[in-house]
Amino acid sequence: MGHSRFGDRSDVNLSELAFEAIQPCLETSGLTAKEIPYMALGSMGVWSEEPLPAVVIAEYCGLTGAGLVRCEAACASGSAAAFNAYSAVRSGQMDTALVVGAEKMRQIDTPTIMEMIGRAGYYMWEFENFGMTFPAYYAVHAVQHMEKYGTTEEDLALVAIKNHRYGAMNPLAHLQHEITLEKALGSSVIAWPLKLYDCCPITDGAAAVVLASETKVKNLGVKDPVWIEAIGVASDTANLSKRETYVGLDASVKAARMAYKMAGISPKDVDVANVHDCFTIAEIMAYEDLGFCKKGEGARMVREGETEVGGRIPVNVDGGLKAKGHPIGTTGVSMLAELTKQLREEVKPKKRQAPMKNYVALAHNTGGTGHYGYVTILRR
Amino acid sequence: MDKPLMLNSARTLRITYNLPISRTSKFWKGLEEGKVYATKCQKCEMLHFPPVADCGECGSSEVDWIELDGEGEVVTFTEVFVKPASFSQEPPYIVAIARLKEGVKALAWLTGIERENVKVGMRVKLVAKVFCDKRVAYEFTPL
Repeated sequence: MGHSRFGDRSDVNLSELAFEAIQPCLETSGLTAKEIPYMALGSMGVWSEEPLPAVVIAEYCGLTGAGLVRCEAACASGSAAAFNAYSAVRSGQMDTALVVGAEKMRQIDTPTIMEMIGRAGYYMWEFENFGMTFPAYYAVHAVQHMEKYGTTEEDLALVAIKNHRYGAMNPLAHLQHEITLEKALGSSVIAWPLKLYDCCPITDGAAAVVLASETKVKNLGVKDPVWIEAIGVASDTANLSKRETYVGLDASVKAARMAYKMAGISPKDVDVANVHDCFTIAEIMAYEDLGFCKKGEGARMVREGETEVGGRIPVNVDGGLKAKGHPIGTTGVSMLAELTKQLREEVKPKKRQAPMKNYVALAHNTGGTGHYGYVTILRR
Repeated sequence: MDKPLMLNSARTLRITYNLPISRTSKFWKGLEEGKVYATKCQKCEMLHFPPVADCGECGSSEVDWIELDGEGEVVTFTEVFVKPASFSQEPPYIVAIARLKEGVKALAWLTGIERENVKVGMRVKLVAKVFCDKRVAYEFTPL
């Protein structure tokens, strides 16, 4: 796999950024660009100039001729690309496929980014007249979770503090600094009750992984393969007003159920997870939706350190979207790259390596406000 | 680090979408008349808000227009401080989701109240709104 440094990457264009992930990915896999028959790209791309990013990235990285697609599942575009490539390999048509996530969000101003993401609910009924923003979509979940389960603004801040602590240990992360409770709680309100430190930053970044069939893995002599055991997929209504409740994401619950069944495992078998913490409340809801705890107990998990390295199930120990950053279409692929490192016990510094018992990892990637749900289970 | 070099693009894009509302015109005309309509499927009797011309539940395109009373209870809400570019001139606004007594929920601005006084469960009314530039929308007001 390959993974660029995340952050403000105004030093490179989209293709150059993708190259930073693709070239090391090919090298470590023992493949050349010319041997790749298919590439699926996760990218939203509305903030950068190329409308056909898969094509320009392929040309720049020597992949021209391969089958190409750009997948859109909002913030889960990277997982959608992984599912697309996985299906191509599983069907037997492709012996290998490259999954790439590449996003350059910082080429336009912040209010326009808020505009582009805010429109990505149900434009007609949530944006045209009401100007919903992404923090606002998640804020309505936070309000109901607090009302129903007694989750507090401090609990939300604890998620940010944890993820910043691991981000500070990750040289590829966008925000490599720790934060205090005072700083988190005192930060400016974005969409009440969510504050600046409840929100992931606006990030540029790229990641890539190669998928290969069992036969190809043998032929390549890959020493330490990590297998995709399952990818669960689901969705929810475009209109938030059509959902039953706002204390969880039904698409996550359904995708997780599908993935656990396909992999033949239960939540307690998972050694390490990356979940979609675009906002702090999203991480708490993910614990519950993925079955790491009962509904309403997500805040307790973070309070008691159960999702730290050394806890019952370490979550987002690369900094998560919150501190590593969330280049929309890259995130799903970045999760796969990170979890591959975790499963191979190659994470440095060791302080953020999760201990392995079953060698099972889980990636949870949400698109939109729970519009798209993807849960991927990896095993070494 | 040196300031990254950028090519000054000479190409600017400005997009305003045309939004087709022919098949839901009753709803938009209703707002002008101070009424908020939902649609009810003639076949499966599903009530839809926002209104639809086709019922995704059963596939029928025969719908009746039902005027909503508008009374409801706040299910959840937020107040937007950091706004999208096209809302930059607005002061911070409260957005609420409320369950109406007809059973459907709606998302809209909640006006005429400070956020500190908004509570989950409080009673509100969904009302039509006509702006001075003739643009129409709908909003919640406290009851």
